[in-house]
Amino acid sequence: MTAPVSIRNATKTFGDFTALNDVSLEIEAGEFIVLLGPSGCGKTTLLSLLGGFLSPSKGTIEIAGRDMGQVPPSKRPTTTMFQDYALFPHMTLRDNVAFGLKMRKIGKSERHAKAEELLDMVGLKSSADKKPHELSGGQRQRIALARALAVEPDVLLLDEPLGALDLKLRRQMQDELKAIQKRVGTTFVHVTHDQEEAMAIADRIVVMNGGKIEDVGRPEDIYMRPKTLFSASFMGEVNFIPGTLDAATDDGVHINTILGAVKLPATALCTPPIKAGEKITLAIRPEHFRASTGTGPRITLGAAKISDGAFFGTHHRAHLSPVDYPNMTITAHMPQSAIIEPGAWIDLTIDPASITVLPGHPSAAKQEDAP
Amino acid sequence: MISSRFSKALSWAYLIALYGFIFLPVAVLVLFSFQDGRLPVPPFNGATLKWYAQVFADDRLMSALGNSLMVALGSSTVACILGFCAAYGLARYILPASRLQRGLLVAPMTVSYLIIALGLLSTFNWVGISLSLWTVGIGHVVINLPLCFAIIYASMGDHQKNIERAARDLGAAEWQVMTQVSAPMLMPSILAAFFLSVTFSWDEFIISFLLSRFDVTLPVEIWSMLRSGLNPKTNAVGSIVFLVSVALLLILELIVFRRTAKK
Amino acid sequence: MATTTLETRENRRAWGFVTPALLWTVAFFVIPFIVMAAISLATRKGRELVMMWNLDNYVTFFEKAHLLKGLFVSLEITFTVTFISILLAYPLAWIIAERVPQKWQRMALIMAILPFWTSYVVRSYSWLLVLAKNGVINNTLMQIGLIAEPLEMASTRSATVIGFVHFFVMLLTLTIYANLVQMPPNYRRAAADLGANGFQVFWHVVLPLTLPGIMVGAFLTFVLCIGDYITPQILGGNNELALPQIIMLQLGRRADFPMAATLSIILMGVVTLAYIACARWLKMERT
Repeated sequence: MTAPVSIRNATKTFGDFTALNDVSLEIEAGEFIVLLGPSGCGKTTLLSLLGGFLSPSKGTIEIAGRDMGQVPPSKRPTTTMFQDYALFPHMTLRDNVAFGLKMRKIGKSERHAKAEELLDMVGLKSSADKKPHELSGGQRQRIALARALAVEPDVLLLDEPLGALDLKLRRQMQDELKAIQKRVGTTFVHVTHDQEEAMAIADRIVVMNGGKIEDVGRPEDIYMRPKTLFSASFMGEVNFIPGTLDAATDDGVHINTILGAVKLPATALCTPPIKAGEKITLAIRPEHFRASTGTGPRITLGAAKISDGAFFGTHHRAHLSPVDYPNMTITAHMPQSAIIEPGAWIDLTIDPASITVLPGHPSAAKQEDAP
Repeated sequence: MISSRFSKALSWAYLIALYGFIFLPVAVLVLFSFQDGRLPVPPFNGATLKWYAQVFADDRLMSALGNSLMVALGSSTVACILGFCAAYGLARYILPASRLQRGLLVAPMTVSYLIIALGLLSTFNWVGISLSLWTVGIGHVVINLPLCFAIIYASMGDHQKNIERAARDLGAAEWQVMTQVSAPMLMPSILAAFFLSVTFSWDEFIISFLLSRFDVTLPVEIWSMLRSGLNPKTNAVGSIVFLVSVALLLILELIVFRRTAKK
Repeated sequence: MATTTLETRENRRAWGFVTPALLWTVAFFVIPFIVMAAISLATRKGRELVMMWNLDNYVTFFEKAHLLKGLFVSLEITFTVTFISILLAYPLAWIIAERVPQKWQRMALIMAILPFWTSYVVRSYSWLLVLAKNGVINNTLMQIGLIAEPLEMASTRSATVIGFVHFFVMLLTLTIYANLVQMPPNYRRAAADLGANGFQVFWHVVLPLTLPGIMVGAFLTFVLCIGDYITPQILGGNNELALPQIIMLQLGRRADFPMAATLSIILMGVVTLAYIACARWLKMERT
């Protein structure tokens, strides 16, 4: 089963603290949505509103077109997979998975059959008679998933379920989670602070900060064309080069930066439109720097001196200091074959299509972050 | 490393000396309960079971023993149920003045049993309730409720709160959460509270003494036996009481603590 | 606001859980205490109680030397017992935590508290068997010829103190042990690493960290010791009376209920003072 979710102007305050500030979001049936943000950004609050563990101070939440305002968690078409799994320690795995069905007054043989079917799906059928404390972290996580899916919810809410696993297991579970979601077709709303996890599993990512939504979109959109400085920096390493917008014309955008003037294609500008004279920032990912020789469009931000570098396997990661602004440090990824010599000079060459122009300057954005 | 060997020897000597001190009276008690003679003091004249036979033939002692068990089990059950509900309410919900409520619930723990007994005696006299095993039971709930509440409340972590949320999320009504998830999950601490209450009630003297009249509990009966001075029969009763308490402790250890230790 | 009703409904349910226990405590603990406090302001006329609403009984307490002395006897016994018990229990707890192999520690503790489970009355009686004129100790000492005449050990304050210490050593061992094993071993390693010698490590690191355990145990010892009737009655004899013995005397032979109530309130006042002194160590925390 699956259903769309619509969140309209949801606000949640705890005393003076606003955990969630006028958030609206439409989620399609069967979508895998990831709420991404640092701790305290409101992502878990939003999930609790969906699950019914908190009521919104303002705004409405609809699931399958039905207002959830007065519906307690037990009556909602949602189930939650908790961060600490919250398995019932005194029950066997079979009873854990069958619990929701038991509460729905489904007969013993039927619910056990269903439980075993789900245990089979998560690969733990042979452990049905074990108790949770006999399992490893990854196995517990699978049981929590099976238990939450056993009642065939319209929407599954996942509260940082992979947070407690080690890196390797986490990557493996991400793949499994994605595969299972495609198989059951349930709408998944998944909370995490790990942007790699978000990119690995999401149909769409919702980047949150300070109780608001910063950015919504497919992983590649958010990474390549972030809408805010926060979103750009949270999704991965990025260089911010402050400047002002000189003019936006049909043939391109003219920008004055502290490293010189550049002209970028009109697509570099994000919505909402920025007027001429306003402060902007160029966001450039480290891997977008190019060799100065080669084909394709190229722009340059002047020369820079290599201060140090390290080999990362897939690339060299180097710190550069631009000749026009030596106090700034630019991080660039260079090809495996490159030879990194501290003190050497190189040109800061970039494909203009990979640059994003964002409103505001980074220091101002940082102040907004502060609570 | 002479000094370290010396301190090690000293440690063991101290350990043995203190265990000797701790076990001396119990050992003497049990040994002389088998005394073949009229006085439970040295010299030991040889073993006999006649004092135990006398104890089991003594109707008053046997009925006191029955009374003690009844009061202990009854009052502990009530204390555990009240304590569990209160702990559940206070640990799982946000209530006004919850600190004050917790303070009130554990307050009897800091008051001498003698004072609790006197207060209840005054009140029962004033209201006109006559003394019986019921009034003893009420007194025992008063002293055991704080214990049950504190033990169960202390075991209610926030981790379990999430487990209860999960049950609610999966469609369990509030009474189902309590009976099928919270209570079974907290069973080790509930059992610990119950068995501790039983042993406390089983041993309690002053409340039983002041709040009972015709039917008395075992400690009160033993107390009246003491008036006749040292007597191997008293040793025999004492040994039986000790044995029952140790059995309770063993049950507690085997069922409750082993299970929690495993997890 | 419509959206808050979910939470309001939950709160109403929470009261349902807490109320029975609260009512029980109020009906059988708070109200009896108030009744007793009221009776302490009454006087006895024959078999009847007459409410006087004055503090005459309290004045009498401070005027009558034998009553006041009861309080001091109780306090002296209690402090002596608490002090000796801590001195004996601390090394025991330390040896169990440090010298006894890990897998035997649990067993050692269970053994240490085993006599705790003999009946209260029986425990004092057993000490009588040991300390009596013809008891185990006198008998042994006379057998080996150390003494000619039996020592007068029962019916003395020392007997009371021994009986109490026997009980509270176990209690304190438990609370101190719990504190000792909770302490991460790295604290001591760090202190030693920074140049502290054995005694300095103990004095500056171990002792302060186990103070809560000592204080919790000491408070329990104080409360249970000062309010106990059985131990001084069986072991202490009638040479000097502790406060609980005097209270029972008022109840029994003298049938002076108001005086018994007065003495109980005073006893409770003393315990409350002890509680205030130890309050910062006695916080109840949920795990």
